[in-house]
Amino acid sequence: MTTSQSQHGKPIEQLTSVAIRFAGDSGDGMQITGSKFTDETALFGNDLSTFPDFPAEIRAPAGTMAGVSGFQIHFSSRDIHTPADRPDVLIAFNPAALRGNANDVRPGGMIIINIDAFNQKSLTRAGYAADPLPDLRERYKLVEIPFTTLNRDALKGLDLSSREIDRCKNFFALGVLCWLYGRPMEATERWLATKFKGAVLEGNIRSIRAGHAFGETTELFPASFAVPAAKIQPGVYRNITGNQALAWGIVAAGVQMDRDVFFGAYPITPASDVLHEVARYRQFGVKTFQAEDEIAAVSSTIGAAFAGQLAVTVSSGPGFVLKQEALGLAVMTELPLVAINVQRAGPSTGSPTKTEQGDLLAGMFGRHSQSPIPILAASTPGDCFYTTLEAFKLAVKYMTPVIVLSDGYIANSSEPWLIPDVESLERNPVRFAQPIEVGEFKPYARDPQTLARPWAIPGTPGLEHRIGGLTKQDITGNVSYDAENHGKMIALRKAKIDGIAADLPPVEVDGPAKGKLLVVGWGGTKGSITAAVEAARGEGMNVSQIHLRHLHPFPSNLGDVLRSFDKVLLPELTDGHLALLLRAKYLVDVQSFSKIIGQPFKIGELVEAIRKLHGA
Amino acid sequence: MAAPAVKVTAKDFTSDQDVRWCPGCGDYSILANVQRVMPELGVPRENVVFVSGIGCSSRFPYYMNTYGFHTIHGRAPAFATGIKASRPELSVWIVTGDGDGLSIGGNHLMHTLRRNIDTQIMLFNNRIYGLTKGQYSPTSQVGLKTKSTPQGSIDHPIDPIAFALGCGATFVARTIDVDAKHMQEVLTRAHQHKGTSFIEILPNCPVFNDGVWEEMQDRKTRAQATLSLEQGQPLVFGTPEGRKGIVIKNGSPSVIDLAAGDDPVAKGVVVHDEKIDSSSYAGMLATLQRPEFPVPIGVFRSVERATYEDMLQSQVDSAIAQRGRGDLKALLHSGDTWQI
Ligand code: SF4
Repeated sequence: MTTSQSQHGKPIEQLTSVAIRFAGDSGDGMQITGSKFTDETALFGNDLSTFPDFPAEIRAPAGTMAGVSGFQIHFSSRDIHTPADRPDVLIAFNPAALRGNANDVRPGGMIIINIDAFNQKSLTRAGYAADPLPDLRERYKLVEIPFTTLNRDALKGLDLSSREIDRCKNFFALGVLCWLYGRPMEATERWLATKFKGAVLEGNIRSIRAGHAFGETTELFPASFAVPAAKIQPGVYRNITGNQALAWGIVAAGVQMDRDVFFGAYPITPASDVLHEVARYRQFGVKTFQAEDEIAAVSSTIGAAFAGQLAVTVSSGPGFVLKQEALGLAVMTELPLVAINVQRAGPSTGSPTKTEQGDLLAGMFGRHSQSPIPILAASTPGDCFYTTLEAFKLAVKYMTPVIVLSDGYIANSSEPWLIPDVESLERNPVRFAQPIEVGEFKPYARDPQTLARPWAIPGTPGLEHRIGGLTKQDITGNVSYDAENHGKMIALRKAKIDGIAADLPPVEVDGPAKGKLLVVGWGGTKGSITAAVEAARGEGMNVSQIHLRHLHPFPSNLGDVLRSFDKVLLPELTDGHLALLLRAKYLVDVQSFSKIIGQPFKIGELVEAIRKLHGA
Repeated sequence: MAAPAVKVTAKDFTSDQDVRWCPGCGDYSILANVQRVMPELGVPRENVVFVSGIGCSSRFPYYMNTYGFHTIHGRAPAFATGIKASRPELSVWIVTGDGDGLSIGGNHLMHTLRRNIDTQIMLFNNRIYGLTKGQYSPTSQVGLKTKSTPQGSIDHPIDPIAFALGCGATFVARTIDVDAKHMQEVLTRAHQHKGTSFIEILPNCPVFNDGVWEEMQDRKTRAQATLSLEQGQPLVFGTPEGRKGIVIKNGSPSVIDLAAGDDPVAKGVVVHDEKIDSSSYAGMLATLQRPEFPVPIGVFRSVERATYEDMLQSQVDSAIAQRGRGDLKALLHSGDTWQI
């Protein structure tokens, strides 16, 4: 794409990065349109990052602010980490979508509207007191396209109802954008062919092609744009969302550990997609179980762990807290399972489709008494895969439940993912305690190295034993009311979990190993923090960065790393959860930077926070 | 072959732990009967799992020399579901009580019954909370004075049998702590049944609700107070001198007296059939309560339906048959990919 003139004579401008936001009614197909544009962009070879942002209501009243659904994609010829703070281009399908998003557009950016959807009634419904277009024409490149009319013209003569015809208009708009940014459309057409048939298929294909042709010929666009492919690490790539990566990590764990998976879950936003995805893979021997509630989801999972399966349960905040009592039992009985929490904005029902990192302390301290559970956090959509695999490995090796934290942002966001070579993935076949013929089995005798107790599963002769929530006697596991023993068992369980630290890779500092300012992050904020740190360095600031996957226990060198810097900044999408833990454990004056509005960090606000602490 | 098989006895199913129920507790006899029945079932000890919740009855697994899991309050059916769904070859027994199973755990009991997962659920119904020291339970009678109901309970009680039937249970039975032979028969049948077997057992709690089942336990009154359900036999009860039968009048059950030579069937006495597909007949039996009626003892309902774990396993098997055993590499490369 180095030409500067297309066949049709319009010039092509070269760009490094573009961020586009699609916005419309929940029923307008914005998520589909965005994800198809994403697939095309991925196939084209750009680096990219996406951010779907949709309402909790399935179909809020049409044309209202409550029903606006958005999808942002940022793509580039360079390495990028976030969906971008502000879109360069907004496609607004109706006045409500415009009202909810116009102010986010970069000053001077482009706003494309479906002018057919603008009339007095729809403006009022969206809450506009006056016509916003004159003002927007001043501030932005406003492109007014009659998508509805053009699409109806293009589909004339097809055996479709007018409703069906209008439902294709998002593909007309997609065609326009494909022309505007030189995206190949074959993948979308292939996808349409798998989804629809007959006149509906024909209609959608005609819409996207007509949109493309319209872009080529209309005078509204004097030029098109080219964003060349990015130079990224060679290999085979695919697009992946965090939830898909969690699901595949679960399936992969079964393969790499040679044991069937049992997955108990109860539907909850934004975690349900993990259940949906894994349910498709019974051929891997995976059994998914949609339980009657969150408590049954985790309880069945613990039962399966007792029976010797690789056990996993997935939910989001409200569901996760319902699981805490049962997780306490898993701590007491020292059974391996993975409990995934795709965090969402709370408290209570909160904003189910919005993101937050508010459940770290619930994972640390949410159960009664002393019940330590290792906690891992995934940092990007693709990292969800590796984090899940590691969680299973630790769970089985140390005979403990393990909590994995993801969040609503990385759950639904996607990124190009370098597909790992399966041969290079760690293999950790499960080993159970072996049958014994004489002597008594000791279910709480521990491995001297890991302090793990044996995994002795029903069906094994000679290992019959009873476990439960009552305090266990050391070694025998029998019910014990002995005070000294009680304290000893608490200490043993703590030592076991703390001991995992020795098994973890040391924290690696990005940038100088000591210096003025260290930015610490965890979980799904990695993209924004990395982009902000790079920007700050671009401004000449001396900034190092670490991003933690292991939140309990911490990697052994973490204290030393923190103490090697004059100042430590910790941005979190919560009220300083990790900051509290680091301050308490290492007595380091960590400066917390919190944001709790259900949205990910913007690079700009992080750079600002870095600047403030660093000093200009 | 190795040494000749040694006969397995109740002792082999007895763990080395001291049993800690109160003296005279009905749970002792249930434990003894379960231990006696186990060797007869032909399941290797290592394949037996007892799962319980919280409460007096839920200490049960500690006393069985099998695999056992004493879980959390009310959730035993959910734990058992995970065990059985993942390892269908295991024989899974759930021990619960009226508080554990019908109050905090009612939801799990309901869903386990409707799924028909092949487990045996023994619900020890003593109509009181024992371990928390004597509060009323969801099966306690209206008016029962306990520490938490000094003026008497105002909760309408739930009937465990009616509950199980309402949930679509495929095997529903009731037995009494003092009738060893009957209990062993019911336990054996419950084990043989493929699907969820629900057994309500009536034990006495001498400490907090003494005598609640007195009429049914006492040999002198038992014949009048209970109705023994036998497949294909008329619903007849009472003493030889005072035989009575259950008939249906205007759609409702009622009691008739039978004279010495009377043929009950000819007199219209209902003939017991546990195999009726609809649960309405068993539901009628569940309404028979003291003092108007004798309390039915035996198998109310026993019908066939596919089990959850079999259907789940067959989905796995058919997915493998259709698509081949899952290939991780193929999965990771499925859909659109591109080479850089
Ligand atoms: S309190 Fe009642 S039910 Fe509990 S062990 Fe004592 S007698 Fe048995």
